[in-house]
Amino acid sequence: MIIIGERINGMFSDVKKAIAEKKKEVIQDLAAKQTVAGASYLDVNVGTAAADQAGTMQWLVETIQAGCPTPLCLDSQKPDVIAAGLKVADTSRGILLNSSPLNKKSDEEVLDKYIEMAEQAGPDGKLIALTMDKNGVPQDVDTRVALAAEIVSKAMEKGFTAERLFIDPIILPVNVPNAQKQPLNVLMAMDQIKYLADPAPHIVMGLSNISQGTNERSLINRIFLAMALSHGCDAAIMEVLDKDMMNVVATAEMLMNKQIYSDSFLKAYKAR
Amino acid sequence: MAVPEVTDSFSGCVNKVTLGATSQAGGTRTSTVTVGGARNVVYGGSREDAGEKPVIAMDVLDSYSSGDDWPAVLLEPYKDVLNDPAAWAKKCVEQFGAEILCLKFEAIHPDKGDKDADHAVGVTKQVLQAVGVPLILWGCGNDEKDNQIMPKVSEAAKGENCLVGTVTEDNYKSLTAIALADSHHLITEAPLDINIAKQVNILVLDMGFPLEKIVTFQATGALGYGIEYSYSIQERQRLAALGGDKMMAMPVICDAGYESWRVKEAKLEDAPGWGDVKERGPAWETVTAMCLLQAGADIVRMRHPKAVETVKGFINQIWQ
Repeated sequence: MIIIGERINGMFSDVKKAIAEKKKEVIQDLAAKQTVAGASYLDVNVGTAAADQAGTMQWLVETIQAGCPTPLCLDSQKPDVIAAGLKVADTSRGILLNSSPLNKKSDEEVLDKYIEMAEQAGPDGKLIALTMDKNGVPQDVDTRVALAAEIVSKAMEKGFTAERLFIDPIILPVNVPNAQKQPLNVLMAMDQIKYLADPAPHIVMGLSNISQGTNERSLINRIFLAMALSHGCDAAIMEVLDKDMMNVVATAEMLMNKQIYSDSFLKAYKAR
Repeated sequence: MAVPEVTDSFSGCVNKVTLGATSQAGGTRTSTVTVGGARNVVYGGSREDAGEKPVIAMDVLDSYSSGDDWPAVLLEPYKDVLNDPAAWAKKCVEQFGAEILCLKFEAIHPDKGDKDADHAVGVTKQVLQAVGVPLILWGCGNDEKDNQIMPKVSEAAKGENCLVGTVTEDNYKSLTAIALADSHHLITEAPLDINIAKQVNILVLDMGFPLEKIVTFQATGALGYGIEYSYSIQERQRLAALGGDKMMAMPVICDAGYESWRVKEAKLEDAPGWGDVKERGPAWETVTAMCLLQAGADIVRMRHPKAVETVKGFINQIWQ
């Protein structure tokens, strides 16, 4: 699966502090550790504290790239922040833009902008699109799938192939009132999203969101990851530094016959 | 209807392995052999994706004994050299065009002569002196005897960049350590089991042996005797390699010679409906080798010169 390391995000206090104090070594250390742990991409989110979001994005991108070859996942709901990051990003190693809804009240064309930016980033420019529109996050299965279908067809009209597209069916915290049926709804939506194109679009999720505010965060994340992988999810923004979590990835891939079994399959996965 | 052109591309590839060390590389070989490097399934993709040409390794025994039980048709080409491995090796290279030889230490086996390390080391040195092609040094399959003798054989060929083997899940430490010390390549063996094949590679890697210097071997089956299992395992290994599984990205060696010549269809003389045994035996070995090549084998061990010639012609035609 495609693993996107979530730690370089201004919402985490250590990253927030590092941004405020321009402490490069904290960011570079997180980049290196996540890479060793098995991240295929490193998510880069400036958070909400920085006044100059575009400038902070550029500082983060340059700081990470200075010592780490892992492709980046530029994470912002603001196209100009993404564009600023793209200006300094080395896109030849691949890049993922995260993320755009189908449309917004304030910006009907937001998806077009993100697709164009991903397209301009070269053949390995990829995009995460959310099953969400100006009406907000859907609660049911059908609306999620309908939005995903619109996203896929819009991308294809623009010549942006499904292989470069990651659909995020949006997982909500399980402890929010009335949200407990959402995990199952997301899985049922995944079952259908994978048939929207051939080859299928990737299916990604912001995994840690499901356990926000709960006890047993790691356990909830791990179990839901295993469930989602069996429903066609093939990418997640997640805590790669959680060893138990990475063991779930290795085991799920082995059980789904994506990795050949050996008695040391956990070790084999790490060394892959 | 036109045949659709189906192409697929993969992220991974089979490792490339070069055997033999010339004087420039600190050895005494006059030629080297490079195999592997495929970036697609056999016959798939473009010519460049096919990687290096597979190669036939002709078997030379350290000493032939009646216990080896070769049929008359197979003994015939070697009758003058059966107990002179240097002359046998020379014959394979000079008369039959072998590019690489597999020196098989049968006679060290407790049931086939129980010869000692001095014998094995002597044979290794003689053969190295007699021919300039790279060598595969293959033990007898008895763990105790192999652990006792093969490290000395490895040492005697130090610097020649040979392919030594085999190591298994239950017996890998001695030979892996010495192959590492003597800078040889290593054969990891599994009993027709892809999971164990992967496990042996991991165990060997754990000892610090580089994955890029491993060639894998699955106990092969001959035509009519389970070759389909060999075929599907090799195919699965190739697909895993192409999918980027580094533990499965090694070139593959198969044994068509030994397996073919022990089946009755290859050697039974009194079988009127089966055709002339002189043709039948080599044909059995030929077809077995060709099946394994199509499954993705990179090195095929063979015995009969006639079969070798036919299969070589096939390789040259396909991988030209």
